Amino acid sequence: MTAPFRLPGRGLVDQGTDLEFSFDGRRYTGHPGDTLASALLANGVHRVATGIAYRRPRGIMSAGVEEPSALVQIEEPFPEPMLQATTVELYAGLVARGPAGRGRLATAADPARYDAVHAHCDLLVVGAGPAGLLAALAGARDGQRVVLVDDQPRPGGSLLGTAERVDGLPGPEWAAGVVAELAALPDVRVLSRTTAFGHYDDDFVLALERRTDHLGFDAPAGTSRQRVWRLRARRTVVATGAHERPLVFPDNDRPGIMLAGAARTYLHRYGVLTGRQAVVFTTDDSAYAAATDLVDAGVTVAAVVDARTTVPEAWAEQCARRGIEIRAGEVVTGTSGSERITRAHTAPYAGGRLHGPRRGVDCDLLLVSGGWNPVAHLYSHARGALHYDPARGAFLPTGDLPNLRVAGAANGRATLADCLADGAQAADAPASTRASIPVSAPVPATEPVPDQTPGLVLWSVPDPAETDGGEPRPRFVDLQRDATVADVLRATGAGLRSVEHVKRYTTIGTAHDQGRTSGVIASGIVADALGADIATLGTTTFRPPYTPVAFAALAGRDRGALFDPVRVTPLHAWHTAHGAEFENVGQWKRPRCYPRPGESMDRAVLRECRAAREGVALMDGSTLGKVSVQGPDAGELLDRLYTNLISTLKPGAARYGVMCGVDGMVLDDGTVIRVAEEEFLLTTTTGNAAKILDWMEEWLQTEWPHLRVTLTSVTDHWVTVPLVGPDSRAVLAAVAPDLDVANAAFPFMTWRDATVAGIPARICRISFSGELAYEVNVRGWEGPRLWEALIAAGEPYGITPYGTETMHVLRAEKGYPIIGQDTDGTVTPQDLGLGWAVSRKKPDFIGKRSFTRAENLRPDRKQLVGLLPEDPSLRLPEGAQLIATAAVPAPPVPMLGHVTSSYRSAALGRTFALALVKAGRERIGDTLYAPLEEGVHPVRITDPVLYDKEGTRRDG
Amino acid sequence: MQLIPCPWCGPREEAEYHYGGQAHIAYPDDPQGLTDQEWAQYVFFRDNPKGPFAERWMHSAGCRRWFNAVRDTATHRLLTVYRSGEPRPEVPTP
Ligand SMILES: [Zn+2]
Repeated sequence: MTAPFRLPGRGLVDQGTDLEFSFDGRRYTGHPGDTLASALLANGVHRVATGIAYRRPRGIMSAGVEEPSALVQIEEPFPEPMLQATTVELYAGLVARGPAGRGRLATAADPARYDAVHAHCDLLVVGAGPAGLLAALAGARDGQRVVLVDDQPRPGGSLLGTAERVDGLPGPEWAAGVVAELAALPDVRVLSRTTAFGHYDDDFVLALERRTDHLGFDAPAGTSRQRVWRLRARRTVVATGAHERPLVFPDNDRPGIMLAGAARTYLHRYGVLTGRQAVVFTTDDSAYAAATDLVDAGVTVAAVVDARTTVPEAWAEQCARRGIEIRAGEVVTGTSGSERITRAHTAPYAGGRLHGPRRGVDCDLLLVSGGWNPVAHLYSHARGALHYDPARGAFLPTGDLPNLRVAGAANGRATLADCLADGAQAADAPASTRASIPVSAPVPATEPVPDQTPGLVLWSVPDPAETDGGEPRPRFVDLQRDATVADVLRATGAGLRSVEHVKRYTTIGTAHDQGRTSGVIASGIVADALGADIATLGTTTFRPPYTPVAFAALAGRDRGALFDPVRVTPLHAWHTAHGAEFENVGQWKRPRCYPRPGESMDRAVLRECRAAREGVALMDGSTLGKVSVQGPDAGELLDRLYTNLISTLKPGAARYGVMCGVDGMVLDDGTVIRVAEEEFLLTTTTGNAAKILDWMEEWLQTEWPHLRVTLTSVTDHWVTVPLVGPDSRAVLAAVAPDLDVANAAFPFMTWRDATVAGIPARICRISFSGELAYEVNVRGWEGPRLWEALIAAGEPYGITPYGTETMHVLRAEKGYPIIGQDTDGTVTPQDLGLGWAVSRKKPDFIGKRSFTRAENLRPDRKQLVGLLPEDPSLRLPEGAQLIATAAVPAPPVPMLGHVTSSYRSAALGRTFALALVKAGRERIGDTLYAPLEEGVHPVRITDPVLYDKEGTRRDG
Repeated sequence: MQLIPCPWCGPREEAEYHYGGQAHIAYPDDPQGLTDQEWAQYVFFRDNPKGPFAERWMHSAGCRRWFNAVRDTATHRLLTVYRSGEPRPEVPTP
């Protein structure tokens, strides 16, 4: 069935195949090759949306990405808001509606896949119109690696929407021939349905390829819907064409008001008549071709209203031959109609004012053309400067950039012949790097066109109400934002002078439009209002993206589990099988605790703590950062980086160490063991492993490159299992029969290599809980076997796996700080009570000099202390502030410190906390107050060591 | 996405690098011999010029080597790169 406004046999759509679709609840038929807009127009549907602010009916203004008005909501196959009907390719089963200004995001997850591709090329050509095709051809024939991207499903650019011939062929046919030659070359890649949306540093261009959008329900599940091309080009040719500028006049937003070039495109490309009775309102020559083409296709053109008093002679002749009336020196001063334009009103215009009486002319289509804006977005992204051309009323690129050229209509070329000639030499390198043989393509022949008559720059038609006192009518500058000339004048009236400020005050040129239709006009109106020169006023800055890009496309595959790597230890499967609750520590998944069925986390932690203090418990400590330090100067490097002396450590011994920044603040802590004369192994806090390796590398490479040391991350090489509690010695003895586990033979802060459960292991007698403890290390792949053996050997003792929460409680009971939790980059070792780990013997180490700065010696520095809430069941929130008085004084309230760690202790039978408090050690025994939401709570300051202060439990 | 030419690997995307601040700030020979003010100068104070600036970069997702670069802070252009320990080369003033 042929739709009422479709011309049989015309256009590039496949009229032999029907596509059923639905819009606003009605069923229609279109064809492959249609956009949603062209299919609606073929069915006589002009009103497709409703303006956001004034709820006025809105139609289809353009035939491409510059569309400010026909924004639709796709409902099926998958909901997507605010798509331009002019860019949605039609497919069978499409369900869409015209929303009132706002769309609606899908509530279900997008099932489509998105992806990214990296590519490099010698020459990137953006736009497969006349200029771009010749630029790509010249580069390709020169043997360059060429990528040609174009946003349409078929090549040709402007040629798709005119009847122009190239080399004697219809434009689309010629374009297809060029692309066929390009596609046959091995080093050329032609990407259709691909929009280059941003140009970034060092000739990096991002382009969005829409791979399956046009297939609708038939999109294959295995193909990504869209992908972002990350293109690095040696040189780029921007041949992105030009957008026709609308005209601003009273009631210029009614459905049926359309850019002249768009009506021509609907005719030639889609075989669609956009009306029966048209009026053309223009300020330049190009709209005459639309008028004559439409008449030739059977449309009545009631009048061409040309604001210029001098109309182009050749075109006037063409009009006369077709009986088209020309109203020279007149403008459209208003329109009538509601769902569709019914009448245009015209009046004589000169010197910026209306003169004489108004006349009406009936029409169902008003075509407008206010000149052409080069699409210079990518050039502008690349920091190319635009300059104002007063003859065209447009901003044009100013010369080439080092690796970027603009060609064709984007470069201000007005005729097909000029565009082809410009494109043919655009692939050539700029003068400074020019090869001896210029790279160019022969310029194909075109048909002669009439000489151009200068256009008239007309930013807005005056409202007749200004002179005749009638009701003022809105003159829309930005149709999507419903922003009018009055809004611009309100902005300038409020004192705004910069177009950037006016943009933000009025929202003109934001959202889909991005200044495409409204930007220059807004600048012109501001210039007129201020009596300023638009050339110096400029336009708002073009920023990427050129067209809207879905976040899903930018995210690509980097979502869900692939967003950030998840690191698990070799024991992860066991933890999962035994009901561990996990927490994220950096990228690591660590068991937080192992609640039994029906057991709360709090109770599980109390149970695990009790096991570690009273029996035996074990945890997965494999995530601890580990750095192997090897070389003759290894001890020397560590002496410079740790606050204490490391080089005196004997093989077989371990030492606790603290690292500071040059500012004397604690960076990290951990243990160091000396493996051999020239080999140490140090541990870092789980989340700090990469940072500490970087820190050590930095000093080694940049300050002390003469030190013969290598640093290797070995975190993942080892599975590390702390075996903790009074029964740990017996459990270890059971699985390591060859190891003398007696305290005298294997004392605290030493390590031994031994066979544990038949596995070669390194065992360190270190403790982060204050209990007797052994840290058993085996090669990663042997971890599960070790773990199972320890569990089996510990069974008679009720061995209990514990997680990070229990580890935290145990260490906090002993006052051991966790760097990054109890510290924040402003805390010194002395503040933490770790002065004993700061060497007095070493002449220097990183941070030492800062310890004697006045700031570091202040008596009121915040120091680590313990806190016992007066209410033994109250667990203070971490981060709670501490003040001196039970009543909160008027602000500003003097803050004395804050809670850094807070837990329930099984051993103490109550809650407790660690805190950083000003002059905290002097306040031990004092009471401070924690103002919480539900009241102010007294807390007693204590020594940070709350459990086994004498250290009697360490040796079992 | 700027390209930064690593003196060991060649041009790579900026996301592979991390920044290390002003170059040629040597760790003092005798920190304990410095006044508080001299030490604070070393620890806290850095130049912040508009124009060419010698600074340190590390190719952290590549060869993991530190190197130096002269960058124009007004344009972000890297005017030259050189290996650690090499003197700052002359660069033409833009
Ligand atoms: Zn490198």
